[in-house]
Amino acid sequence: MEPATKTETLDIEGMTCASCASFVEKSLSRTPGVQRAMVNFATEKATVDYVPTQASPATLKEAVINAGYGVVERAPDTSAAERSAEIDRQKALAYQKLKRRFWVAVGLALLIMPLSMLMLWPAMMARVNMQWLNYALLLLTLPVLLYSGREFYVSAWNGFKHRAANMDTLIAVGTGAAFLYSLAATVVPGFFTSRGLMPEVYYDTTATIIALILLGKVLELRAKTQTSAAMRSLIGLQAKTARVVRPDGAEVDVPIEQVQLGDIVVVRPGEKVATDGLITEGTSALDEAMLTGESLPVQKQVGDPVFGATLNKTGSFRFRVTKVGADTMLSQIVKLVEDAQGSRAPIQRMADKVSAIFVPTVVVIAILTFVLWFDLAPAGTRLPLALVNFVAVLIIACPCALGLATPTAIMVSTGKGAEHGVLIRNAEALEKAYQVNTVLLDKTGTITKGEPSVTDFWTLPGQEAGQLLQVVAAVERQSEHPLAEAVVRHAEAQGAASLTATGFRAVEGKGAAATVSGQAVLIGNRRLLADETVSLSPALITQAEQLLGQAKTVLYIAVAGQAVGLIGVADTVRDTSAAAIKKLQALGIEVVMMTGDNAETAAQVAGQVGITRYFAEVLPADKAGKVKELQAEGRTVAMVGDGINDAPALAQADIGLAIGSGTDVAMEAAGITLMRSDLGGVVTAIELSRQTIRTIKQNLFFAFVYNTLGIPVAAGLLYPFFGILLSPMLAAGAMALSSVSVLTNSLRLRSFDNH
Amino acid sequence: MDTPAIMVTVIGLALAGFVLWYFFFSARQTANAVSSSSGVQEVAITVKGGYSPDVIEVERGKPVQLSFYRDEENSCSEELLMPDFSIRRDLPAFKTTLVELLPKEAGTFPFTCGMGMLRGSLVVK
Repeated sequence: MEPATKTETLDIEGMTCASCASFVEKSLSRTPGVQRAMVNFATEKATVDYVPTQASPATLKEAVINAGYGVVERAPDTSAAERSAEIDRQKALAYQKLKRRFWVAVGLALLIMPLSMLMLWPAMMARVNMQWLNYALLLLTLPVLLYSGREFYVSAWNGFKHRAANMDTLIAVGTGAAFLYSLAATVVPGFFTSRGLMPEVYYDTTATIIALILLGKVLELRAKTQTSAAMRSLIGLQAKTARVVRPDGAEVDVPIEQVQLGDIVVVRPGEKVATDGLITEGTSALDEAMLTGESLPVQKQVGDPVFGATLNKTGSFRFRVTKVGADTMLSQIVKLVEDAQGSRAPIQRMADKVSAIFVPTVVVIAILTFVLWFDLAPAGTRLPLALVNFVAVLIIACPCALGLATPTAIMVSTGKGAEHGVLIRNAEALEKAYQVNTVLLDKTGTITKGEPSVTDFWTLPGQEAGQLLQVVAAVERQSEHPLAEAVVRHAEAQGAASLTATGFRAVEGKGAAATVSGQAVLIGNRRLLADETVSLSPALITQAEQLLGQAKTVLYIAVAGQAVGLIGVADTVRDTSAAAIKKLQALGIEVVMMTGDNAETAAQVAGQVGITRYFAEVLPADKAGKVKELQAEGRTVAMVGDGINDAPALAQADIGLAIGSGTDVAMEAAGITLMRSDLGGVVTAIELSRQTIRTIKQNLFFAFVYNTLGIPVAAGLLYPFFGILLSPMLAAGAMALSSVSVLTNSLRLRSFDNH
Repeated sequence: MDTPAIMVTVIGLALAGFVLWYFFFSARQTANAVSSSSGVQEVAITVKGGYSPDVIEVERGKPVQLSFYRDEENSCSEELLMPDFSIRRDLPAFKTTLVELLPKEAGTFPFTCGMGMLRGSLVVK
């Protein structure tokens, strides 16, 4: 038996021409253990099949180097999964480090606080040498500053060099000022006493601020990892291996990266589908909820597409790989969500402008606070008061809350949307969906299934309906007409036994004829029967007119020259449509329908799903015009449609929602793509957008109010009236909680569920 | 007002003026992209408390590859945002992260950290 081979891909460096490529190829082929080597000059890649017992990536590399070329170590961040794993690892490390710094600060602050309070206790103060106590406090504070708080100073300095100021600047300047003042009071107390000032120290303030800010950061980091949880689980859906059928029939597990287009992959019950493809053998039910949000398993057979990351439930099947890597449905969803998370919501513009100038402005306010206190307070206390208020202003200001308000909510909600099969293109789409007050639905394929189904099967009295259905199905099974397919589906759903038809003949534009059980059977429109000189009984004609009145297509059945029955076919309304439309109306949205059908059909479908306003006989080219018409009435319109015909209308609407697995064109034009092919997704999208924008508004309101109230209070604005001053330590606590509150509010979106 | 008060006032106002000038009005570092043989405009950017360079000039219609090297662990710079190109990228510390984009229109497009504190801009000509 031939030993199993492995495949390795090398990135070759230094090839300047095609002959270099063939040289490398030769050199690799001659290496012991190599069965096949292929070098592509354009992509600078070598693909080598080798026997692992005789060769290894290292020997292959050696062969390339011996030939005079180099092997580039592949860039580590190739796939989204790897990249996110590396980032997660780093973040986990950073979190551990942060926690250590936090606990050191807390431990020391817990020592420093009671020691500082000794001074408030006169009996104690008399026994303790103040000078020595201050030195002890200094020694305890130094590690808090240099270890726990080091990052603030480094980051503030780096930022300063770039003429950038961030939150760390505020903390560094605030704690730095308190510390330097205390240092001076400790080392040269004479300087203070000679000017009639108490040499007070603020080591407790410095340490407590740092501990509290770090607490805020710990909480913030913990919450932040949860904002992208949905995204991570999406990336995590990717299968790691695929069971590929080799040409010799052997089934081999290979890493997903090595699966190539055209490979045949086996999937057993309970297994994950490795990548996208078309079923070539077998049938099964697949759980596609992770991609589409559709909770029911989907039945698949030969020729049907399957998607990577979906779960095979019942049967075993094989499929031919049609897409790998970045082209798969999963990768595209990940990409779309990633893009959406990077986009900016118009609502954020104001906050962006403010945060751009926030920190330097706060520094200026703090300086002015210092100056005013120094100038206005009594001479004996002016320096410590100026200092304390200066520090409080710097510490309470929280640009983070402003910066986090919108993006965290967008991140949680776009991830949540993907979980429900609602793909949001960008933050602006989310905001538009929030403003929508009118939803325009294209009937076919949204309200209805977009494919004909049998609604009526009527036979003349005295005919055995079940038997006739078997006969009809036998003929239609041979036809490829969509109406025939609908009849066959109906027969199968009824469990009709299959008979054999002979002498099948399709009559263009009219129907079909064949012989079943020795009897000539005709199925088609009225003209077919007329051509074959089959007469219709009055009862049959009445029934046919009734069906036509309901806007159904009528198929006539004749057996042995006698017209015996009718089949009514229509595009049927989805089971979920009426309920979804009702929900939309309950949200205060007017639902309008448009269709190319005649007014009668339109009225009938509209009535069935509870729509009162509709446009009938709309030509495909006029669809965008109807959107404009509604917009001219002052409405914010969401257009829901599928297919290429709807693209202009989707683009014209304030927000376009492309329904179904969606053609690429529709996805381009649509702000939101619904993976599930029913109207429930529209409700989800609108409810999600409303909750998200509400959350963002709450966040922004909180962040603005917090800062506009907090800063003046910290500056001592209340002092002249109420004698209230804000201690810098309280300011630090408020600041730590403010950004965490915003994050926590955004995380509430994770519990979004529209069912 | 005594002498120290006057001194504090004068120094304080001067300092406030300096802060405003330094952060808002002083000149910035600008860099032009270097086009590689394959026609890609490449720019290397170091991220450390800010972006250097922080103003990047590129030509319209040609692909741009920005390589961000994050030379710090500080969490402020861990995310990169380019809203006009729908880009949100995590920048691992002490690693280079490539960001590719195609500027189709001329204009000035800001890029910032996750919270909009650190700023730079891509000037498309």
